[in-house]
Amino acid sequence: MSLENRVTEIIVNKLGVKAEEVTPEAHFVTDLGADSLDQVELMMDFEDAFDLKISDEEASKLQTVGAVIGFLESKGISV
Amino acid sequence: MDNRQAFIVGTGHYVPSRVLTNADLERMVDTSDEWITTRSGIKERRIASPEEATSDLCLEAARRAMEAAGWEPGDVEAVIVGTVTPDHAFPCTAAIVAHRLGLPTVPCYDFEAGCSGFIYGLIQARAMILSETLDRVLVIGAETLSRIVNWEDRATCVLFGDGAGAAAIDSRGPGGVLGGWHWGADGSMGPSLVQPAGGSREPISHEALDGKRNTIYMEGSEIFKNAVRAMRDSALMALEKEGLRREDVHLLISHQANLRIIDSTAKALNLPPEKVFVNIHKYGNTSSASIPIALDEVVRDGIVKPGMNVVLAAFGAGLTWGGMVLKWK
Repeated sequence: MSLENRVTEIIVNKLGVKAEEVTPEAHFVTDLGADSLDQVELMMDFEDAFDLKISDEEASKLQTVGAVIGFLESKGISV
Repeated sequence: MDNRQAFIVGTGHYVPSRVLTNADLERMVDTSDEWITTRSGIKERRIASPEEATSDLCLEAARRAMEAAGWEPGDVEAVIVGTVTPDHAFPCTAAIVAHRLGLPTVPCYDFEAGCSGFIYGLIQARAMILSETLDRVLVIGAETLSRIVNWEDRATCVLFGDGAGAAAIDSRGPGGVLGGWHWGADGSMGPSLVQPAGGSREPISHEALDGKRNTIYMEGSEIFKNAVRAMRDSALMALEKEGLRREDVHLLISHQANLRIIDSTAKALNLPPEKVFVNIHKYGNTSSASIPIALDEVVRDGIVKPGMNVVLAAFGAGLTWGGMVLKWK
């Protein structure tokens, strides 16, 4: 499974959206219907799944699916 | 000594009569019932009258717990109160309550462990009883958080409420046996949930009051993340100490801070909704009072029966956390 697929799977599980909606450009709030607490829970799921810490400052920049994938790649995360 | 146990033999709670609804808050700050409900699960909360202080709430809760236990004033051997909103920095609220209950001159003290206060209190009571220091102790969790809320901060003022809960703990049952427990704290996270001014670090001043620094400051997302993980781990470690698995849990009573935190904790513990007690919609976050209020409700409503394993889990300012298994006999 690619990193992109794993991230998509986590987002689908948390937000109950369809996998095809989870495009790199998709914005968590405006496109995927997340609120601020959904975003916190998503970050927790990423932390648990990829065994890393995401600070609040880092999290505040991760507003799209692509931003999350880019961030994880920059941390050397692969699946 | 080996067979000695500590039992919850009576519970009681009291909340002020004034109800503040989400609709009321819509008229006070820029918020909406929908926003508050979806983010917290809270519909209304209780607010103490100007004449009511924390000891007044404690008094009623304690009377009800003593009545349920069948205790006379002379039976109580100690009173401990967990609170972040005592009547005064000193004297302790516990002594005020004991005096007004007409108790003999028994030891009384307050302690401060944020929203984990009541579980910290149960752990202390258990230790006192198992060490044969005494046989009967009254543990109270009580708050008048409305006095330290910033009523202009829409992110926090909608979350908190006032109330008190008490439990009579006895070396003789039957009742809820205080079983496996876990407690801990991480001071490095202290600044994320704090009342900045009013203590020795920043005494009350005109500047502090103008900046509302005497009110609750909270970094919500940081607290949310830590709360879910700490409550899950506290519950699991308390269960492990008792030799139980998560499948053995009949009821989870977690600190009522936010419905989303309760849901996340339940999910992390693999517990279905019917095993998770929720009353946050009625009271909001009452800090150290939330678990004893909930406990009294499940006892009086007959939800808890002999043979059941109840797990308590809390998390709060400090940061502190705690968990305990209650085995009902």
